[in-house]
Amino acid sequence: MFASLTSKENWQRYLKSLKYSLYVITHPIDGFWDLTHERRGSYAAANTILFLTILARILSLRYTSFIFIQVYWEELNILTYILSILFPLALFVIGNWALTTLFDGKGRLGQVYMATCYALTPYPLIHFPLMIFSNFITVDEAEFYSTMAMIALIWIAFIGIFGMSQVHEYSFGKNILFLVATVFAMLVMIFILMLFFSMVSQGVAYFISLGKEMLYRM
Amino acid sequence: MRKTIARLTAVALTAVIAACTPITAEAKERSYTYNYDYWGDVQDSPDLYSVCKVFTSSDLKLDKKLANPQGLYVHDNSVFICDTGNNRIIELERTARESLSVKNIIEEVKGAPDVNTLSGPTDIAISVEGNIFIADKGNSRILKLDKDLNFIMQFTKPTDNTLDPKVPFAPNKLVVDTAERVYCIATGINKGLIKYEADGEFSGFVGATPASYDFVQFIWKKIASQEQLAKMEAFVPTEYDNIYMDGDGFIYACTGSVAEEDLKSGKVDAVRQLNLLGNDILVRNGVYYDGKFPVYGDLYMGSGGGYSGPSYFSDVTCFENDIYVCLDKNRGRLFSYDDQGKMVFICGGNGHMDGYFRKPIGLDHMGYDLFVLDQLDCAITMFTQTDFGAKVFEAMDLFDEGKYEESQAVWEKVIEMNGNYDLAYIGIGRSYLRQKDYKTAMEYFELKYDADNYSKAYRQYRKIWVEEHIVPIVIVILLLFLIPLGIGKYKSIKYEFETSDAFKYNN
Repeated sequence: MFASLTSKENWQRYLKSLKYSLYVITHPIDGFWDLTHERRGSYAAANTILFLTILARILSLRYTSFIFIQVYWEELNILTYILSILFPLALFVIGNWALTTLFDGKGRLGQVYMATCYALTPYPLIHFPLMIFSNFITVDEAEFYSTMAMIALIWIAFIGIFGMSQVHEYSFGKNILFLVATVFAMLVMIFILMLFFSMVSQGVAYFISLGKEMLYRM
Repeated sequence: MRKTIARLTAVALTAVIAACTPITAEAKERSYTYNYDYWGDVQDSPDLYSVCKVFTSSDLKLDKKLANPQGLYVHDNSVFICDTGNNRIIELERTARESLSVKNIIEEVKGAPDVNTLSGPTDIAISVEGNIFIADKGNSRILKLDKDLNFIMQFTKPTDNTLDPKVPFAPNKLVVDTAERVYCIATGINKGLIKYEADGEFSGFVGATPASYDFVQFIWKKIASQEQLAKMEAFVPTEYDNIYMDGDGFIYACTGSVAEEDLKSGKVDAVRQLNLLGNDILVRNGVYYDGKFPVYGDLYMGSGGGYSGPSYFSDVTCFENDIYVCLDKNRGRLFSYDDQGKMVFICGGNGHMDGYFRKPIGLDHMGYDLFVLDQLDCAITMFTQTDFGAKVFEAMDLFDEGKYEESQAVWEKVIEMNGNYDLAYIGIGRSYLRQKDYKTAMEYFELKYDADNYSKAYRQYRKIWVEEHIVPIVIVILLLFLIPLGIGKYKSIKYEFETSDAFKYNN
């Protein structure tokens, strides 16, 4: 396993695939096609982008000016905060794959994940500089901050849509249809998960109360 | 081995059960005075005001016990109590710090046109000239008397054809401005304050609250039957509950009968500060995580201790330094805000002890002392400032006088007494801002999330910083342009050299 880390070729391939994300976000149609079909992307790079995105979000809690982000530190749980990014992402990837695979989608689970992560590239790209910039502006100039943050979101959504259509080899209309359907798939999954957890917790509660009862009688 | 496993399992099971047993929550005893911070969390606080004395009918040595008193008014050294149930007004004089004694009892007036007695008076006001105005609710009139109680004139039901002629005029609360114009709240009239000119002529309504109206209600109205309609609340502006005129002639008007959702959505206000045109000019600029700090009393309206819903402001008063205090009839509390809408203190509660109320109805101030009238207890509670409260007020007053360094020194003493007092941090920050120490000011504002003041300080700080470092900044910018330019130039020259024919002979 560590052998692959020391190999120079692997590193070069990794850096090349990471650098390729810059091409993807500026040329989404072309970029996403080559990402999967020409194998120009890598999981390592996708993971890196995701990691940077999460890092940007966590660091901005502390280092963005308090004018823009106020954090109630008493109730902040870093793990749930990370999960609040990872969980919807996982839901989207799984939901999208599960649906499209039934309707001629060419993308495999890994490819959907990779494309989604590559589509997140603008987030760290914009938010790291924005985090530093935010400390040099006042309330009156807050528009700059919110506009840039908005641009990041729109950019991600825009290339995300193209990414999905290229990965699945869908037409534009069909792609939009399945992205909307994915949202419903995510809701269904959340519903089932909630059902599952409430049942499990009730089951556990039953055995706990059983155990308690036994302890009282002993 | 098996025994060990069994023992381990038992231990693990016990641990799980212990972990799942709910920890019995201790009901935390709150301090008498508290405050809300930026997050809306309750912060215990030392008292700013404490009960000096509670006066009951027997303390005041009254011949008849107070019955259903509804109005309290302070003028100079006198406290007027509208003893509504006994149809009279009692004037008490404050002879010493802790004593009130009966000075006069107004039961009759001289020379009134119809009846000379009062019937259920609910409010009294005294003009600058010393004339007395009484809301004689039972007799449907406002009396204007000279200081010897001789009748001068009366204000009667306004001639306005939108008012139902069958409903008797019931003036409830009134204030008088320096020109002896009368502003009055009458029961059942929700068009705002009734304004009379000094000559007694009705001159219109001012300061009506905007009627709350929403689309869903509108649809329901369209499809509801007559019976259902009758049960529904009408689309009407809410009536004011009480008014107070401050020294600058602005009217503080409060209302309590408002819905929780309307308050939270900002559709209606619990307190308004009306200018002469009747527009609300109350500053709501307190820092709050969710917009501006709401000026409607308690932030948490859930039921507890038998009380639920929003605070019901039944009276309001304003000190000379523009700090105003509202009286909550629902939970028996006093809410005080400064001129920026920041919370100064909250104190009180429902109960029978001194400093707690059952149905507080009237509030006024004498200097910095507060008087609260309780309708059910028939008692007047006198609050005086504690050392802490005096320091807070002193710091604010010093700041207003422009003594920033002194103000800062006092705020620092306040922080020593209560480290959770947000106003102190912002006050120190503002003092530093005025002293042009922008960096320190920024630190204090950041501590309490005051983005507006922080930006004010930072703008100056940034300006000064740029002015001081203008040379390096220009150099850096120039370098940023020149270095890439130079590299490009160098590369192109190098390329020219390498590809030039002139050097090819040598090879």
